[in-house]
Amino acid sequence: MQNALREFMLDDDQGAENIDALPLPGARFSWADGDRTRALRRTWLDTFDWRLYRSGLTLEQVSSRGMTQITLTGRDGEVIAAQQVSPRRSDAAGGPVKWPSLLGALPAGLLQEHLLPVVGVRALLPVARAVSRLSDKRVLNSDDKTVARVSLDRMSVTFPAAAAAPPRLSVRALRGYQAQASRLVELLAAAPGVTDGTQSALEAALAAAGRRAGDYSGKISVQLAPRMPAASALAAVLTALLDTLEANVSGTIRDTDTEFLHDLRIAVRRTRSALRLAGAVLPASLVRAFRPEFKWLGDLTTPTRDLDVYLLSFSGMAAGLVAGTDSELAPFRDYLLRRRAAAQRQLARGLRSARFSRLIGQWRTGLSEAAGGARRRPTAAQLAASRIARAHRRVIADGGAITAAAPAESLHELRKRCKELRYLLEIFGSLYDPAEQWQAVRELKNLQDCLGEFQDTEVQREEIRAFAAQMMDERAAPAATLLAMGEIAAGLAMRQREARSEFSGRFREFASPASQARIRALTRAAAA
Amino acid sequence: MKTFATYNIKGGVGKTASAVNLAYLASRDGYRVLLADLDPQAAASFLFRVRPRVKGGGKALIAGKRTIDAAIKATDFDNLDLLPADFTYRNLDLLLDAAKKPARRLTTLLAPLRADYDVIFLDCSPGISLLSESVLDAADTVLVPLIPTTLSVRTLDQLTDFIGGMNGHRPQILAFFSMLDRRKRLHREISLELPARRSDIAATAIPSLSLIEQMSVLRSPVTASAPRSRAAQCYRELWREARRRSKLPDPPSLP
Repeated sequence: MQNALREFMLDDDQGAENIDALPLPGARFSWADGDRTRALRRTWLDTFDWRLYRSGLTLEQVSSRGMTQITLTGRDGEVIAAQQVSPRRSDAAGGPVKWPSLLGALPAGLLQEHLLPVVGVRALLPVARAVSRLSDKRVLNSDDKTVARVSLDRMSVTFPAAAAAPPRLSVRALRGYQAQASRLVELLAAAPGVTDGTQSALEAALAAAGRRAGDYSGKISVQLAPRMPAASALAAVLTALLDTLEANVSGTIRDTDTEFLHDLRIAVRRTRSALRLAGAVLPASLVRAFRPEFKWLGDLTTPTRDLDVYLLSFSGMAAGLVAGTDSELAPFRDYLLRRRAAAQRQLARGLRSARFSRLIGQWRTGLSEAAGGARRRPTAAQLAASRIARAHRRVIADGGAITAAAPAESLHELRKRCKELRYLLEIFGSLYDPAEQWQAVRELKNLQDCLGEFQDTEVQREEIRAFAAQMMDERAAPAATLLAMGEIAAGLAMRQREARSEFSGRFREFASPASQARIRALTRAAAA
Repeated sequence: MKTFATYNIKGGVGKTASAVNLAYLASRDGYRVLLADLDPQAAASFLFRVRPRVKGGGKALIAGKRTIDAAIKATDFDNLDLLPADFTYRNLDLLLDAAKKPARRLTTLLAPLRADYDVIFLDCSPGISLLSESVLDAADTVLVPLIPTTLSVRTLDQLTDFIGGMNGHRPQILAFFSMLDRRKRLHREISLELPARRSDIAATAIPSLSLIEQMSVLRSPVTASAPRSRAAQCYRELWREARRRSKLPDPPSLP
């Protein structure tokens, strides 16, 4: 669709029926019918966490008269990339029109190239569907020459809920007639029943269906007040984590993309950390009953996620081969995929189980009761300050004790301490100055990345040995594949050594007086 | 970008009617088309209901002070824009004479439009002048409407000689019979005989039809207002032939 000069919304359908009766006083304009009326089937696509919307991009699939096109537009409606996809063809060149799909399912081309950096490994899924009935009107000057085109869009939303969106008018100027179109825009803006269209078509469709673009984010988005009771604050955070967890269940069961499980696991890990580190302010019986349940849930999700991590980094590992080739690794990849399929079935079964639904239901009730019966002391800021200070002291003490000769185990332990501090900073993040909190998390993340690399490469190397042994047992491993796997293991060992050599520098930065002062100032300010 | 010029030394032979209809048909094929009305009589501008006025007039245009780009107006049809005429175009010859390399001037002025348009039609006034030299230099194909008479065939020969004498770029000539009146024996004979003998005359002829004359009343190309008429059908055939003989590449697929 051509860029619109201006968009308007009409109060009701009655106005839409009588658009040509809209008075255009003082201007020698008149209305005429355009040559086209058409119906468009529209599907807006985005990732579950609205990556396109948050980047100011809109991806829309439009079908009309047997033709289907996918168009990516920017903030001002400018077309960035477009691709024809025919609904009848399902081969690679024709592209998929079945959503949700991963980006790789789109035909290779400009569209895919523009989407990849934003969408990454996430699937594109329909966020709204609608049928637009468009009729074109022309606005004529006194010579009966068209000086602007106005298109009237009556949109029926079919997903996420059936609803009628307010009729929209868009005015397009014709080349050489900008002044007349601007005059028309002024007149329309002043006409009764016409309001400025500040929403995009997608936003209007979602609003009609009772949803809002960008309404999901994996981040903890609870606003805590420093003086609220600690138990209420913690219950609020845990409820938000439960919301995130629940939001990701369906995508995890359907295996829409790997990040549903990832976000679900993060919600579980944050919940477990919050219970362990600050659970003392909640009723003891509640914490006692649910800590083992969340451990069960965490363990349920581990095998699939571990295999996901392997498979997501597979092409990177294959690219690093010096002696071996991609094709030699293929049996290893097939093996991982088979294992993952089995793990995913287990996981889906677990998430459909009565134990899981009981956990979710009872946890929500328990939290709302805990929030209601909270004591006034300690306050959220007091609890956060004491827990963050303690976790921070432990990271500084444990990290300072690690020498060049220290065993790998001590670094693994330090990684756990860092995670605790990180979760606390995130859970209580809304109590603090956002810039200071962001800086503190950034400094910690720098250290965590190094510790993560150190441990993950070790775990992966051990796993690859175990995989090799299992593949031998199952006679699924040609010699060339085992050799290539050996090469990957060697590469992992090298990366681990590099991470080890970087550790002391990273820790020095984290433990610097300025960085330590920042954490102290942060918690002191909120608790004051 | 391909440039067609409708041109004849003689006036009143159907130049504007063909320019307007062929430009419209090209836009319907999916080409991005500009029709430049270089005739101070402004018939093409009138047909598209565009006021014949260009800010600064021909002087600013030729001097390059005002780019052509800013003067262009959209017509009522998708993909078809118009560079309107201006009454000052009657002095274009004088203005060109004062410019550097007058015969190349139009080519230079049109060059920046290469990115915006696939096809340009130049509709110019009759006669042999500096402007027509400039038009012939800018055109890839010159479409020459001819009334099927012996005299008008002579003017085609004159034009061919003139183009043959041009230095550098020489446009392809494609003449076609226009205002053909089948009741006249001479018209019938010439229009049958000549295309068979001469490769520079198109097989398609445009008959003399009242619908074509009525274009100035309806102010619309006959190919748009009466697409099923005999007149529209003849213009479509002529456009097909011009497309083929000028080796115009297929239009870019729509975005």
